[in-house]
Amino acid sequence: MSGESATRITPGNALRPEDVAERVAGGIKVGEDVGEYALRLGDDALILAQRLGWWISRAPELEEDVALGNIALDLLGHARSFLTYAGSAWGKSEDDLAYWRGEAEFRSCFLVEQPNGDFGKTIARQLVFSIFQHELYSRLIDSADETIAAISAKALKEVDYHRDHAIQWTIRLGDGTEESKLRIQAGLDSVWPYVAELFQDDELIERLDGVAARPSEMREPFDALVAQVLDEAGLELPDVQPAMTGGRSGKHSEHLGYILAEMQVIAREHPGATW
Amino acid sequence: MSTNTAVRPAEAEAARAWDIAATVCDPEIPVINIAELGILRSVDVVPEEFDDNGNPAVDVTITPTYSGCPAMDAIKDDVVAALGEQGYGDVRVRLVLAPAWTTDWMTDSGKAKLEEYGIAPPTGMAALRTGPISLGLSVKCPQCNSLNTRELTRFGSTSCKALYQCNECKEPFDYFKVL
Repeated sequence: MSGESATRITPGNALRPEDVAERVAGGIKVGEDVGEYALRLGDDALILAQRLGWWISRAPELEEDVALGNIALDLLGHARSFLTYAGSAWGKSEDDLAYWRGEAEFRSCFLVEQPNGDFGKTIARQLVFSIFQHELYSRLIDSADETIAAISAKALKEVDYHRDHAIQWTIRLGDGTEESKLRIQAGLDSVWPYVAELFQDDELIERLDGVAARPSEMREPFDALVAQVLDEAGLELPDVQPAMTGGRSGKHSEHLGYILAEMQVIAREHPGATW
Repeated sequence: MSTNTAVRPAEAEAARAWDIAATVCDPEIPVINIAELGILRSVDVVPEEFDDNGNPAVDVTITPTYSGCPAMDAIKDDVVAALGEQGYGDVRVRLVLAPAWTTDWMTDSGKAKLEEYGIAPPTGMAALRTGPISLGLSVKCPQCNSLNTRELTRFGSTSCKALYQCNECKEPFDYFKVL
């Protein structure tokens, strides 16, 4: 259960995400529900980090090579923390989870799997996701699970910069040239079907009341900030049907398989290899 | 303003170990050490445990600046090496995430060293922005001291830095972002 996972506090109120694996040997491990929730958080970050990494050497300007790369690195850091923590439920390391799970075992949402498209589409995806994550981590800093709270406290500060980057670009693109406006609007229209999934409650969320952030509660502030940004950018709120999704239960779009193939191939061809 | 709660231990042996650990510098910014950065959180002598030469085992706790900071492994290795050279053969370095690192913990001497090195130190205290419009304090050019500078890109060569240019002397420089 979540209580037993968060009781080891070192002097000075500090927590140790690195010794989670040691705790498994000692017989203490995070409960499966909390582990499952941490997988969702870690997988979202991991898959988006992988998608954003592709932009390095391909961004429209050098500064965006660096910006998207930095955002990806922050996300990867979050993923490492969450996956290490989640892994303790099953005696697995972060690498075991990243490289040796198949599609059906990933708990990431549909949004982060979507192809990067052009810069406009990537920024549209960033706008949605960074505003969502800002709401998410703002709530998780008060989670009853202290490890999740600690990871979220760090993540929130970094996501603040991600959100700022996405908002500024949305405004520049929307209030830019005719071409840039077309592309950012098209980008928003293409990612909007995957927004609803981010705000769905389910049984795991109910069982983890107090530990997890309730997705449905975050929809209103999300909508309010998005409306404010789109208004400033001169863009329209997309009017599209939500897509059929299921990422939280391991049902993914056709894209995840290709993402994992690229991400996992080296580890799988050389199991146990180290630098 | 968040106060740095890390303190140099009072007990002599632990204080000696702290001073040695504090000589380790940031691998990317070699003029500033991990104590000045606020990365070094605590150093403790492990009671009743010794290395092969009878020297006490030492516990060192550090915290990363950014979640994905790749320098932490290098810093960890450097801490073990620095203490090893001074006779401590059993050094345990642990990473903690809480309390979350903030630029508020950077010492004034650290900031001065950054500036001398050519990196503008963080201006102002860490605070979360709640609106879509971000407001920043002016950043002083480390070369000519002008406040007439502009941000070229929010994300720079490392997670912690942004790239600025001085409108007066035209030189580009790195800015250590407030976190």
